[in-house]
Amino acid sequence: MTQRTINLIRHFLAVALITLGLVAPASAQLRVRVDEGNFQPTPIAIPDLQVTGANGDLARQIVEVVRADLASTGLFDLQNPASFIQRDLTINAEPRFADWKIIKTEGLVVGTFEDLPDGKVAVSFRLWDIYGGELMRINGEPGRRLTTTPENWRRIAHKISDSIYQRLTGEDPYFDTRIVYIAETGPKTARVKRLAIMDSDGANQEYLTSGRSTVLTPRFSPSAQEITYMSYEGGKPRVYLFNIETGRQELLGNFPGMTFAPRFSRDGQSVLLSQAQRGNTDIYIMNLRTRESDRLTDHPSIDTSPSMSPDGKSIVFNSDRGGSPQLYIMNADGSQRACPSGGRDTACRITFGKGRYSTPVWSPRGDLIAFTKQEGGKFYIGVIGTDGKGERLLTEAYLDEGPDWSPNGRVIVYFREARPGASPQLWSVDLSGRNERRMTTQTDASDPAWSPLLQ
Amino acid sequence: MQTFLKVTAAAALLATGACASQPKPVEEAKPAEVVVPQQPEVKPPVVESSIQAGSLEDFRVNVGERVYFGLDQSSLDSDDQDILKRQAAWLSSYPSVRVLIAGNADERGTREYNLALGEQRANAVKEYLVSLGVSASRIDTVSYGKERPVVAGSDEQSWALNRNGWTQIVSGATS
Repeated sequence: MTQRTINLIRHFLAVALITLGLVAPASAQLRVRVDEGNFQPTPIAIPDLQVTGANGDLARQIVEVVRADLASTGLFDLQNPASFIQRDLTINAEPRFADWKIIKTEGLVVGTFEDLPDGKVAVSFRLWDIYGGELMRINGEPGRRLTTTPENWRRIAHKISDSIYQRLTGEDPYFDTRIVYIAETGPKTARVKRLAIMDSDGANQEYLTSGRSTVLTPRFSPSAQEITYMSYEGGKPRVYLFNIETGRQELLGNFPGMTFAPRFSRDGQSVLLSQAQRGNTDIYIMNLRTRESDRLTDHPSIDTSPSMSPDGKSIVFNSDRGGSPQLYIMNADGSQRACPSGGRDTACRITFGKGRYSTPVWSPRGDLIAFTKQEGGKFYIGVIGTDGKGERLLTEAYLDEGPDWSPNGRVIVYFREARPGASPQLWSVDLSGRNERRMTTQTDASDPAWSPLLQ
Repeated sequence: MQTFLKVTAAAALLATGACASQPKPVEEAKPAEVVVPQQPEVKPPVVESSIQAGSLEDFRVNVGERVYFGLDQSSLDSDDQDILKRQAAWLSSYPSVRVLIAGNADERGTREYNLALGEQRANAVKEYLVSLGVSASRIDTVSYGKERPVVAGSDEQSWALNRNGWTQIVSGATS
C-alpha cells in the first residue's frame, strides 16, 4: 500500500468513526458562537444538584441563579427540567448521551452540593458535550469544585455561571461582578439621588449614600473596591472617592472649579476628570498617590467625559470644539498623534456622522468605543471603532444614555427613559445588538457602571 | 423662532410663578399679553407697594430671576441682557446682597455635557453682571446640568424653560 492509500483509509476511517459518534474530533467540540448573524440559542440542561446534607433549598437556589445567569445572555436555551429523561445522573459517571440527544441538549451540567463539617458548603460540577460525547475540561481540569460560607452562595452560583459561559463561548466571564448606579426617587423637579450597588443579576441591592446630597456618574476602580463619582455635598459639585468596604467618602483634589465626569485610569493609579472654571471645561488627570494633577486639554470649548484605552496610552473624550458635541481621541501624554481622518493633531475627531455624540467609553478589549448619540429627537447607544469606522447603533429610545461595558466587553449597560416623561431604568444589550433587557432595580435608576470581575 | 420660543417659555414661567394656586400653567401662552409685566389682567393683581423694596420678592417679581438660553447656547440675547441690567441695577442698590447663579440645561442632552453647559451658562450670567459693575466677590456660580428642571414636562416649551441661568439671592436681602 502506498502512503497515499494509507492516508485515504485513515481519513475514511476517521470520518466513519465520527459519523458513528465514536470519536469526537477536537475541532467539533461544542462552541457557542456569540457573533453569528443567523442566531439560534444553544440548548443546555442544568439539572438540580445531587445534595449531600440538609441544605437542599440552598442547592436549588444556586441552580436557579446559574440558570438565570446563562439565560440572561440570550445565547443559551435553558431546557425545562421536566423534559429530562435521565434522572439518575451522578457526577462521576458519563451521562447517557442518547437520552440527552433525544431532547436535543447540547451542553449538560452535572453537579453536587455538600454541607461541609466546618459549616461551609461546596459545589462540584462537570460540563458535558452531548453531541461530542465527551467531558469538557475546565482550565484543564475535569471539573470544578467551589467552597464558601452559606451566606456567600450567590457568588458560588455566579462563578459556576462564569465557568460554563467561558468554557462554552470562549469569552471572558462577567457574572461574578457588581453594578453601581444612581437610585432615583421623588418628583422630577426635586429628585433624590443616591449611590446604590447591586450584583450583576440585580440581587443584593444596597444604598451607599443617604440622598442628602445629589450624586451622579459613579464608576468603579479596577480593584472594584472604590467608586469615583460626583456629589453636590456642601452645595459644591465635586468629584469624590468612596471606599465600598469602609464606607468612607473622600473629596478628590483641591480644584478651584467644579469637578465632574470622573473615571479611573486603567491601572487604578489615577482618576481622569473634568474641571469647569470661568465658563470653560477641560480634562485633567489626578495621580491618587501624589495627589498632583495635570491638565490634559486646554481649549476654549467644552472637553469632558474622558475614558482611557486599556493600554493606558490614549483617551477618548467629548468635545464641542467642532461646533457640536463629538468624540475625539488624544494621546494620554498630550503629544501629537496621526489622525484616522488624516494629518497629525493633539486631538483627532472620530465621529463624523449626523447627530451629537457624547459619553464615550473605551471597551475593555480596546477595539471599540461605546457612546450616546442624539439625532432627530431620539437617543441611541452605539459603538464605533477607534479609527472612527464601523459605527453601529445598538439601541434607540426617547432617551438612552450613559453606556458602560461588562468587564469582558460583550455586554453594555445603560439607562433608558422609554417615552417622554417615563422614569429612568437600567437596561443592557449584547454587543451584537441582540438581547436588550431591562435590569430590575428597587427604585428608578440611572448612570450604571459595571465592576471588573470580583477577586 | 428661537426667540419666540424663549419668550413664550419665559412668559409661561412668569404665569406659573404668579398664579401659585393654579394647578397647571396654561399651555397656550399668549406672549403678547404675558410678556409685558405691566398688564394687570395677566397676573393676579400683585400690588407693587405690598412688596418690600430690597426683598426676595421684589427681586423675583420686579427684576426677574432667570434668563433663558437657546439649544446648546450660552450666549445672552437682548432680552436676557435687559433682565441682567435690571439685576445689576438692583444689586447696586442693595450692596450687601450676595447671589448664587445656577446654570441649568434641558433633559435633551447627556449628563456630563450638560454639567459643562450649565457652568458655561452660569458663568455667562456672572460675567455680564460683573461687566455692569457688580463685584465678582458677591457672585457664586453652580451648574446643575439637567438635574434641576424648573418644570417636569418633556416638550419644547418645558425644555426652553429648563435652559436657564437662575440668579438666586443667598443673603443680604431685606425681609
